[in-house]
Amino acid sequence: MRTAPTRDPAWLGRLFWAGAVAVLLWPLGVATEFQPWRLLAPDSLRSSALFLGSFFPPALGGEFLVLVARETWRTVAMATAGIVLGLLIAVPMTLLTTRALSVSALSGRMARGPFWLRQGLRGVLIVLRSIPELVWALVFVRVVGLGPTAGVLAIALTYGGMLGKVYGEILESGEPAPTEALLRNGSGRLQAFAYGLLPQNAAELASYTVYRWECAIRSSVVLGFVGAGGLGQQMDSAMKMFNGGEVVTMLAVFVALVALADRASTGLRRALG
Amino acid sequence: MAPTPTPATPHQLPPPLWDARCRACWWTLGGLVLVVASFWSLDLQWAQFFSAEAVHSMGRFVGEFFPPDTRPAFLGKVLAGTLETLAMSVLGTALAALGGLALAGPAASRTAWLRAPTRWLLNALRAIPELVWAALLLVSAGLGPLAGTLALALHTTGVLGRLFAEALENAPPGPAEALRTQGLGGLRVLLYARLPQVLPQLMSYTLYRWENNIRAAAVLGVVGAGGLGQLLAFHMGLFHMPRTASILLAMLALVALVDALSYASRRLLMR
Repeated sequence: MRTAPTRDPAWLGRLFWAGAVAVLLWPLGVATEFQPWRLLAPDSLRSSALFLGSFFPPALGGEFLVLVARETWRTVAMATAGIVLGLLIAVPMTLLTTRALSVSALSGRMARGPFWLRQGLRGVLIVLRSIPELVWALVFVRVVGLGPTAGVLAIALTYGGMLGKVYGEILESGEPAPTEALLRNGSGRLQAFAYGLLPQNAAELASYTVYRWECAIRSSVVLGFVGAGGLGQQMDSAMKMFNGGEVVTMLAVFVALVALADRASTGLRRALG
Repeated sequence: MAPTPTPATPHQLPPPLWDARCRACWWTLGGLVLVVASFWSLDLQWAQFFSAEAVHSMGRFVGEFFPPDTRPAFLGKVLAGTLETLAMSVLGTALAALGGLALAGPAASRTAWLRAPTRWLLNALRAIPELVWAALLLVSAGLGPLAGTLALALHTTGVLGRLFAEALENAPPGPAEALRTQGLGGLRVLLYARLPQVLPQLMSYTLYRWENNIRAAAVLGVVGAGGLGQLLAFHMGLFHMPRTASILLAMLALVALVDALSYASRRLLMR
C-alpha cells in the first residue's frame, strides 16, 4: 500500500516557475522604479498619515453636499448626453457598414465599391475608439475650454466608435434569412433593417447600449480630472488641496453612484429581456 | 384522410404603444426623461463649437499637429515612455494576479465572516477607477511610475479577485470533495484540488485584463503617474503640438500592437 507523500510532489516545478516569473519581472520592476519601500520612508509616511487623517471626519456641510449633488448630476448628464451623441455617430455607421444589408452581396461577392466603402468606414470606427476618451477630452479642453462640452464630445466620439463596431457584430451574428428574403424580394435596405434585422436583435442592442451607459458614467468621472467638469473635477481639486474630508465624501458618493448605475442597468436589461 | 383545416387565427392588432403594466415602457420613458434633462441642464457650448471661428481655430489646432516631431533624441524619449507604459501594465497586472489569487480564496470560502468582508474589499477596489487610485496614491508614492503601477494593481486586484472567486465557485466540486473526505484542510484543498482545476481560466482572465491595463497605463500618466501619458500631458500643457502628435501616434501604435497580438494569440488558442 502506498502512503501519502509527506512533501509536495510537485515542489521542484513550482519553485522553477516562481523563480522564472521573478527573473522575468525583475527588469520591469527596475524600469518602473518599483520601490514600494519608498512608501515607508519617513517623509511619505508622514504625508500619507496626514492625508489619511484628514479623511475623518468626512465633509458633510450642507453647502458642500449641495455642490456634490449638483456635480454628481452633471456627471450622469455628461455620460447620458455623450452616449446619445455617440448613437448619432454609431447608428448611421452601423447601417453603412453592416454586411447583412448589402444588396450586391446577395449574389455572391460584394461589389468592389461598397466593399471598400465598408472597409473605410470600419477604419474610421477603429480610429475613433482606439484613442482613449481621456486623450479626446484633453484635446477638446484645448479647443472649447474647460467644462462639460469637452467631456460630452470625448464620450461621444469614443463610445460612438465602440457602439458602431459592436452593433455591427450583433447584427451580423443574428439570423440572416429574414433580411435576405426581404432584400431579395425588392425591399429597400432601411425596410430590410427595420423588419428583418432589428426585431430579432433589438433586445441585445438595447442591453449593450445600457451597459455602455454604465461604463460612460465611470469614464465621465475620470474625464473630470482633465477639466471636463463634474464629480471628477471637484475630486481633483480637493485632492490638490489635501482636503481629505471632501475627498472621502466624494469617493463614497462615486461608489454609490456606480453601484446605482449597475443596479439600474441590470434591472433595465432584465426588463428588456 | 383529408387534411384538417387549420382554424384561421384571429386578426391580431399590434400591442398598444403604452401600457401601464409594461415595465419596459416605464424604463424607456425614464430613459427619455433622463436624456432630455441631461441636454437641458448641461450648458453645452455648441454655438462656440460650430461657429465659423471655432471651426477655423479647430483647423489651425489640428494643423499644428503636423508634421509630428521625429527627431531621434525625442523619439528616444517616446520609446522610453512606451516601454515604461508596457512595464507598468505587466507589473501591475502580475501584482494584481497575485493579490486577486490571495483574496479569491477567502472570497469563495464557505465561512461567512471571511467571505463577506473580502467581497466588500474587492468591490471597493473595483469601484474606484485606476486614474482615481493613481491620483490618491500620488500623495504617498510621489510623481512617477510607482504610483501608476500600484494604481493599476489595486483596481485590477478588485476585478481579478472577483473573477477568480467566481471561477473557483463554479469549478466542479468532485476533486475538492475527494480531498476533504481524506481529511485535508481548506488551504490544502484549495492548493491541490480547486486551484489546478481553474488555472487555465485564471490565466485567460489575467491576459484579458492585461490587454485592458495597457490602455489604462497609457493614460494614467495624465495625473502624473508615469508612462506615455505623463509625456503627453507635459507636452500638451506646453503646447508642443508636433511632439504631442508623435506621442499620440506611439499610443495608437501600442494599442494596435496589443490588439493584433491578442487577436493572434486567441486565434492560436482557439485552433
